[in-house]
Amino acid sequence: MTVASQQPDVSDEAALVSQAREGDAKAFATLVRRYEAKIFRLAQHVTQNREDAEDVLQETFLKAYEHLDQFQGNSKFYTWLVRIAVNQALMKLRKRKTDRSVSLDDTIDTGEDTVAREIASWDENPEQRYSREEMNQILTAAIESLAPPYRTVFVLRDVDELSTEETAEALDLSIPAVKSRLLRARLQLRDKLTRYFKRKGDDAFAYL
Amino acid sequence: MTPLLTCKQFLEELSDYLDENADPEVRARLEKHISECPNCFVICDTTKKTIRVYKGMDPYPIPNDVESRLMAALEKKMAAKAH
Repeated sequence: MTVASQQPDVSDEAALVSQAREGDAKAFATLVRRYEAKIFRLAQHVTQNREDAEDVLQETFLKAYEHLDQFQGNSKFYTWLVRIAVNQALMKLRKRKTDRSVSLDDTIDTGEDTVAREIASWDENPEQRYSREEMNQILTAAIESLAPPYRTVFVLRDVDELSTEETAEALDLSIPAVKSRLLRARLQLRDKLTRYFKRKGDDAFAYL
Repeated sequence: MTPLLTCKQFLEELSDYLDENADPEVRARLEKHISECPNCFVICDTTKKTIRVYKGMDPYPIPNDVESRLMAALEKKMAAKAH
């Protein structure tokens, strides 16, 4: 088995990037189409505003194209794009909320927010209770209720399925910071989703 | 004998446990804790389900008009760069 066949995406991607760098518009368009939906989703999660998200989407790919020669190839192309997109999205947030600065390093609570308010078992397959559309609405609303530092880490790690290391790199955070934000995000979401997914008839003390 | 984990200590390790990154010794202590603590068992199980439902989430389909504007902006940029 060749290296290329073990990692088809990576080698294909490196080739596309180098072709795009040499001015091949089609190669760059292929990269855009591969990641536009994910970047748009991420931008919507961070900005929580459709118009801003569209701007972020455009700015991300325009900047990526402009600075393609700065992409080192040490990280995945997507991680590099995320880094650009997150910076663009944060700039949008700062412009909107001129009364306070926004960053992914906003002070975050320590500990208190991990305390579960409701402990109830869920159905085995809670998603079956809702239509696909309802599920997407429930899940999106829950993510949007998280503070930005948690939201971004959660989307990259658990929705986009980046590794801890890739998330740290994309957000310029330490690995322990990614881990602690992810944990808090997961526990807060678990808490929020319990009201939709808990097994009927259970109450908080059913197990005691 | 290793002391029992508190619920707080259990929660601190939960992400690594669910991502299967906890080392075997820690893993064994976490499993012992959930076998004895019904609340942490439920939190562990529902957090696992939380992660699972999000992994299956559809990406927003990119609306056609948004994509056309993106492609138009890129073409403009490429044309400018080519000259």
